[in-house]
Amino acid sequence: MGKIIFVEHDNTEHVTEFEAGTTLMQVAVDNAVPGIDGDCGGECACGTCHMIVADEWFGKTGAIGDAEEQMLSMTPERAKTSRLGCQVKTTEAIDGITVHLPEFQM
Amino acid sequence: MTTSEKKTTVIVGGGHAAGALMTTLLQKKYQHEVVLVGEEPHPPYQRPPLSKNYLAGEVEQASLYLKPRAVYEKAGQQLRLGVRVEQIDRDNKTIRLSDQSTLKYDQLVLATGSHVRRLRAPGSDLQGIHYLHDIADTDALREKLVPGTRLVIVGGGYIGLEVAASAIKKGVNVTVLEAADRLMQRVTGPEMSAFFYAKHIAAGVDVRLNTAVTGFEAGDQGRVAGVTLADGGTVPADIVLVSIGVIPETALAEAAGLPCDDGIVVDEFTRTGDPDILAIGDCTRHRNLFFEKMQRLESVANAVDQARTAAATLMGEEKPYDSAPWFWSNQYDVRLQMVGLSQNHDQRVLRGSTEDKEFAVFYLREGCVIAVDAVNLPVAFMVGKQLVQHRKSVSAEALSDPGADLKALV
Ligand SMILES: Cc1cc2nc3c(=O)[nH]c(=O)nc-3n(C[C@H](O)[C@H](O)[C@H](O)COP(=O)(O)OP(=O)(O)OC[C@H]3O[C@@H](n4cnc5c(N)ncnc54)[C@H](O)[C@@H]3O)c2cc1C
Ligand code: FES
Repeated sequence: MGKIIFVEHDNTEHVTEFEAGTTLMQVAVDNAVPGIDGDCGGECACGTCHMIVADEWFGKTGAIGDAEEQMLSMTPERAKTSRLGCQVKTTEAIDGITVHLPEFQM
Repeated sequence: MTTSEKKTTVIVGGGHAAGALMTTLLQKKYQHEVVLVGEEPHPPYQRPPLSKNYLAGEVEQASLYLKPRAVYEKAGQQLRLGVRVEQIDRDNKTIRLSDQSTLKYDQLVLATGSHVRRLRAPGSDLQGIHYLHDIADTDALREKLVPGTRLVIVGGGYIGLEVAASAIKKGVNVTVLEAADRLMQRVTGPEMSAFFYAKHIAAGVDVRLNTAVTGFEAGDQGRVAGVTLADGGTVPADIVLVSIGVIPETALAEAAGLPCDDGIVVDEFTRTGDPDILAIGDCTRHRNLFFEKMQRLESVANAVDQARTAAATLMGEEKPYDSAPWFWSNQYDVRLQMVGLSQNHDQRVLRGSTEDKEFAVFYLREGCVIAVDAVNLPVAFMVGKQLVQHRKSVSAEALSDPGADLKALV
């Protein structure tokens, strides 16, 4: 139903399609985008789905939960608009979003 | 590259490790032919939800798949599902499959996982005795979890306890029988065991420690009616779940003459005794640089980390497997995250109290943090991951003082 653009650390772009109701992490994994592991399958337990949302889109990604904030607080490449991809639901509001991937996952 | 230069890499087994390997090879743009042969009818899937939200009926089956089957196939990787590998012929570099076909390989990766340890005791073939290892097992168990049913779980490890937590929420009467004197004894320390014991008791689970099972009592029509105990007692049951650990799946490797020792023996590059055969995941006993000893691990983290190492090895890069193991478990409102292996600790430091909603136990050896168990305290897990990985020595006071910032320690 919409598009998500993942930009790897080396600037390689992946334009992917998504359906509402999944997560940014799952869309990246389903498209074999390098740079996203998602090892715990979206349980907010591993911290291997770190993404940096483009500034103008950040407000549309929903609130950061307490567990997510704690995980992010120790993520090496944390930025102001960092999210754990598994905690961001794909909704119509994020159709067209650009998401940058860090160099390393935890 | 011309087709004549194309080699074939065959992956035996279609579980989490196999799936992670396929994905990594895709991401790294591996140029050779990749064929996965898996006995289960499903593309690679995650097992953790089988005792958690998939058992609870909160997520669909398709969401267990690491990725949709079509993604691998579109990228040129082949999946032969519902087919078992019967034999490896190392001299001719071929494998024989259950459909009687043979497949040639240049490089072979064994990702055969593990199978459940069965309880061999009188009555063990009665109807109504369940095990939990694959999607079919969870589907079968879930439909029995109806209010008022008496479920007896043999084994107080994390899988049995996760099932207990889901079942009691559904109104099932749950009893857990554990032979040891504390829960999850194999993987965690006494504080954590006591904490989970109290949680389960408070939720209404009848947890019995120091309770050895001798067999099963028959009811009508060959169905189980109870579990018999070493002290002579019987616990009445409508259904039973036996969850007493797994055994590495090494039969193929052993028959092929590869070195095995409660697991297929591999080095830090996931190589077996045969240079053309690698092995990854639950089926391996491996040398982890980090622990400097041979060990076997049953976890997603180990499966994916070894898979990534194997991908590098297949591509001629030398990237040893040296990451600290980590694990998680969800029971009730508790998110347990663990990193490191705590077995050899000489000191335990508690941060917070087991009476609180959030706390952590740090396991130290000679002043270095070797493992952390964190309850609803992800920051302790994340800090722990770095402390363990870098073998940092820290003061017990800094770890235990709730006023001191954990993040300052790394
Ligand atoms: C209920 C449950 C809950 C779990 N929860 C957690 C958790 O919370 N966190 C965590 O980290 N880990 C958890 N685990 C453990 C984790 O799932 C395993 O460590 C992981 O699946 C190992 O991956 P693997 O690929 O090595 O083996 P598996 O996933 O077991 O896959 C092996 C596959 O190989 C196939 N196979 C075997 N022999 C052959 C053959 N000869 N030919 C063809 N196919 C073959 C098998 O059918 C199987 O599909 C859990 C496991 C279970 C069962
Ligand atoms: S996938 Fe593990 S934290 Fe997001």
